[in-house]
Amino acid sequence: MLAFIIRRLAQALLVLMAVGFVSFAMFKFMGDPVENMLGQEATVADRAALEERLGLNDPIIVQYVRFFGRALSGDFGVSYRVGLPVGEVIMERLPATLELAFLSGVIAISLGFTLGVYTAIKRDGYIANFIMTTSLIGVSLPTFLIGVFLIWLFAVNLGWLPSFGRGDTRSFFGVDLAILTVDGLKSMILPAITLGLYQMTLIMRLVRSEMLEVLRTDYIRFARARGLSQKTINFGHAMKNTLVPVITVTGLQFGSIVAFAIITESVFQWPGVGLLFINAVNFVDIPVMSAYLLLVAVIFVTINLIVDLLYFTIDPRLSVSNN
Amino acid sequence: MDTQIPKGASARPEFKETVAKTTWQRWAQSDIWHSYKSSPVIIVSSLTFAVLVLGAIFSPLLSPYTPFDPSSLNLMNGFTKPMTANEFTGDYFLLGTDDQGRDVLSTILFGLRISLFVGVVAVLFAMTLGVVLGLLSGYVGGWIDGVIMRIADIQMTFPSIMVAMLLYGIGKGLIPPDLRDEMAIWVLIISIGLSEWVQFARTVRGATLVERQKEYVQAGHLIGLTRWSIMLRHILPNVTGPILVIATISLALAIIAEATLSFLGVGAPKTQPSLGTLINVGRQYILSGEWWILLFPSLTLLALALSVNLFGDWLRDVLNPKLR
Amino acid sequence: MSNSPLLQVSDLIVEFPTRSGVLRPVDRVGFDVRAGEIVGLVGESGAGKSMCGSAIIGLIDRPGRISGGEIRLNGERIDNLPEERLRHIRGKRIAMVFQDPLTSLNPLMTVGQQLIQTIRTHLPLSANDARARAIGLLEEVGIPAAAARIDAYPHQFSGGMRQRVVIALALAAEPELIIADEPTTALDVSVQAQIMALLKRLCRERGTAVILITHDMGVIAETTDRVAVLYAGRIAEIGPTRNVLSTPSHPYTVGLMASTPSTTGSLHTLSQIPGSMPNLRAIPKGCAFNARCGKAFSPCFQDIPVLEPVEGSEVACWLYDPAYQNTKETSGASE
Repeated sequence: MLAFIIRRLAQALLVLMAVGFVSFAMFKFMGDPVENMLGQEATVADRAALEERLGLNDPIIVQYVRFFGRALSGDFGVSYRVGLPVGEVIMERLPATLELAFLSGVIAISLGFTLGVYTAIKRDGYIANFIMTTSLIGVSLPTFLIGVFLIWLFAVNLGWLPSFGRGDTRSFFGVDLAILTVDGLKSMILPAITLGLYQMTLIMRLVRSEMLEVLRTDYIRFARARGLSQKTINFGHAMKNTLVPVITVTGLQFGSIVAFAIITESVFQWPGVGLLFINAVNFVDIPVMSAYLLLVAVIFVTINLIVDLLYFTIDPRLSVSNN
Repeated sequence: MDTQIPKGASARPEFKETVAKTTWQRWAQSDIWHSYKSSPVIIVSSLTFAVLVLGAIFSPLLSPYTPFDPSSLNLMNGFTKPMTANEFTGDYFLLGTDDQGRDVLSTILFGLRISLFVGVVAVLFAMTLGVVLGLLSGYVGGWIDGVIMRIADIQMTFPSIMVAMLLYGIGKGLIPPDLRDEMAIWVLIISIGLSEWVQFARTVRGATLVERQKEYVQAGHLIGLTRWSIMLRHILPNVTGPILVIATISLALAIIAEATLSFLGVGAPKTQPSLGTLINVGRQYILSGEWWILLFPSLTLLALALSVNLFGDWLRDVLNPKLR
Repeated sequence: MSNSPLLQVSDLIVEFPTRSGVLRPVDRVGFDVRAGEIVGLVGESGAGKSMCGSAIIGLIDRPGRISGGEIRLNGERIDNLPEERLRHIRGKRIAMVFQDPLTSLNPLMTVGQQLIQTIRTHLPLSANDARARAIGLLEEVGIPAAAARIDAYPHQFSGGMRQRVVIALALAAEPELIIADEPTTALDVSVQAQIMALLKRLCRERGTAVILITHDMGVIAETTDRVAVLYAGRIAEIGPTRNVLSTPSHPYTVGLMASTPSTTGSLHTLSQIPGSMPNLRAIPKGCAFNARCGKAFSPCFQDIPVLEPVEGSEVACWLYDPAYQNTKETSGASE
C-alpha cells in the first residue's frame, strides 16, 4: 500500500512538473515581462539591468526552477490587466469558486446517485425511462444554455431568485463566504444547479449502468438464490459494489466542476477564479492564465490522490495484501 | 464453367458486379439498417441534422436578408417581433430582428454555417492528428510512444473545454492584435482540434498494438512493404468503425465547445457570429422582453447538439456494443 | 400426502421470446425427487439442465418464463407463487450452489457477513447466535480455524475453500433440497472429488435431497441415486443411476457412455457421437436426436417420443415402442 501511495505521489508530481513547465513557457515566451514592467520608452541600459535583476539571462532550467519555487510561495507575478499580484487576486476569488463547486458537487452526487440507483432498480418503469430520456437531453445541453434558461425562468419570469452576482457574504475565519447568508445562498442556487446538472446526469448514467452490471453478476444471483430480500440485495450488496467504479469517475467529475465553473461563473457573473480566467483569456493576461493553469492542476492532482486513497477504504481486495 | 476463357480478363467485371450487389444487399439486410429503420428517434435526429447541414451549406441562398452587409441594414428595423411587419419600415421578418435590425433567421443560418464549419474542421483536424499520432505511438513504440502517451495522459486530466480555452488564449497572445479578429476562427478551430485528439490517438494506438502482432502485418514486412503503407493501408481500415463513432461524438463536443467559447466572448468574433455569439447577444435582451433574439438561436443549437449526440450514441451502440 | 415425493416436476416448459421466435430451452420435463435422494441431471451444455434448476428455484432471467407444467414442493405448487413468498422458499427450503465459487461470493463482504445475513434472513437468531452458527457451519464444511477465518474476505480463500463456503451458505437454513449446478466444474481436478464427497456426506447426514446438475458421467456414477439424461431440453432417459449407466437404452445415453472413460477398469475404445446438439432455433421435427442417431427410422422424424418404461428405467425412444419392435431388432443387430 505504501509503495502504491509513493508511486501515485511521484506520478502526481510529474504531472505538476509538466503542467508547471507549460505554465512557465507561457510566462516566459509570451509577452515581454520587461516591456510590461518598464513600458516602451525604457532605455536599453534599463532593460539590461532589469533583465539581469529578474534573472532572465540565466539558463532556462534555472529560470524554470526559480519559477517553480516562486509559484510554491504563491508568487505568480503581476496581472497585466488589473496590476495586482496574481496570487493575491486568485486567493481573493478562490473561496467563491470553491463554495460554488462544493454546493453543486453535493447536488450532483446526491441526486445523481439516488436517481442512478432508482433507474437501475426500476429498469423498465415509466418514470425510470422518462428520467433516462431526459438525462440524454441533459447531457447534450451546453452548460451556458441551461444557465440562461434558468435565469429566464426563475429570475426573469418568476422573479424568485437573483439572476447574477454573489449576494451577501459573511466572514468565516477571515474568508468571505456566500453560503453562510440567506441572500448569498439564494444567489448560489441557480449557478449551483447549472454547474451540477451535467455532472449529475453523468453520475446518474454511470451509477445506473454499473448497478445493472452488478445486478447481473453471479454473487447477486447467488444472494437471490439464498432468499435474501430485494432490499438487502439492492442496497446491501449491489450498491456497495457499484461504489468502486463510480468513485473514480465522480472524483474526476468534481475536478471538471472546477473547470466548468468558468462557464457558469461567466453566465451568472459569479466573482470566482473562473470569471477571472475568462477575462484573462480575453485580455491575454498571461500571468493570470498560467497561474490558473497551475491552480487547476493542483486541484486535479489532489482529487486524483484522494480518489486513489478512497479505494482502499472501500475495496478490501486492495488494502489486504493478497496471499 | 468454361475452361477455355482465361481467368483474368472477362471474369473480373462479373466478379465486381456480384460484389457490388451483395454489398448493397448486405447493407439492406444488415443490423445497422434494421436498427435505423426501427428507431424513430434516430430517423428524426438524422433528418434534423441533414436539414441543419443543408441550411448551413445553402445559407447564402436561403437567407431572406444579408445580415452582415452594413449597407442593407436599417436600424429602424431593430427589435421587430417575429411574424409581424416592422411598424416603421413595413419589412416582414419571420423570426424577428435583433438590436441592429438584422433578420434573426438569416443570422441563424449564417451562424449555423460558422458553427458547423468550425466543428467539422476541428474534428477533422483532431482526427488527422490523433490517427497519425496513434499509429506512430502504437506501431513505432519506444520513446515516441512514451512521449505521446504521457502528453495524452496529462491532457486527459483536464476537461477539453478548458484546454481549448487555454489554447485559444495562447493563440490569441501569439497573433498580432490587428490580425486577431481575422484569425479568430482558425485559432478557434485549432484550439478545439488540439483539445479533442486524445480519444482518437488512444483508440488507434490500442488497435495498432493488436494488429501489429497479426500475421498479415508480419507478412507485409516480409514482402517489403514500408511502415507507412502497412499502417495506412492495412492497420487503419481496421479501426474505421471506432474512429467514426469517436468522430461523431467529438463533433457534438466540438459544436458545444465552439458555442461555449463564442458565448463567453473568446470564440467567433462579432463580425462572424456563430450560434454561440448570437445566443450571447440575445442574452442581453432577456430582461427587456425581446425573447426571440435569444430563443431561436438557442433552439437551433439545441437541435444541432441533440441530433448529433443521439446519432453518435446510436452509432456507438450499433457499431461497437462493447464501447460504452 | 406423506408418501408423495419432496419435489415433483411435471411437464415443465421454459420459453424465451426472441426476435426470431420463441425458444424452448426446457420442453416438457418431468421428474421426482424424494426426500434425501440425490438425483442427477446430465447432458451437454445447452441441454437445458441449468435452466431446469433455475426454474425450480424461480430464478429464470427475464424475458424467459415458465410457460407450462407444474413444480410442487411437498405437494404444494411453487411455480406460480408471488416473488415475496418464493423468496421465503429460496435458501430456507430449496438452496442452490453455483458453478464458479470465484464469482458466487460478494467480494466486498466478509464470508461471515454473508453467512450471518443469510442465517438471519431465515432463522430467528440473534446476531451472536447467528455468528456462532456461521462458525459451526464453516467448521462442518471443513474450513480450518473457522472462528478466525469467518472475518476474512472471499479473495483470501482458495477456490476449493470458497466452494466450501458456498456450500455452507447453501446449508445455512437447513434446506430440504439443494440444487448444485456444476459445483465442481470450475475447480482444480485435485479438489473436485473432495468437494463432491463433502456435499454428499453433509446431505446424507442431514437427509437433504440434492439435484446435481453436471455433464460429467463420472460424477453421476459416484454420487447420484437416480439420473435423468437431458437432450435439447427434453428427457431422453431417466432411471436408477446403476441401471442407466450399466444398461443404457436410449441411443444418446449409449453414445454418452461410449464416449466416457470407464472407471471400473474395463478397457474400451472411446467413441464420439457424430455431429453436435441442435441449436435451440433449429430443433428438428420428431425426436431431437434423430439427425445424430445411427438407429433413427421413419417415426423418429415424425413425432416426439414419450417416456416409456424400459428395463427398470424410462426411455423416450421409438425403438422401444411396441409397435416398432421388429424394426428395433433388425437395426439393433447392426451395431
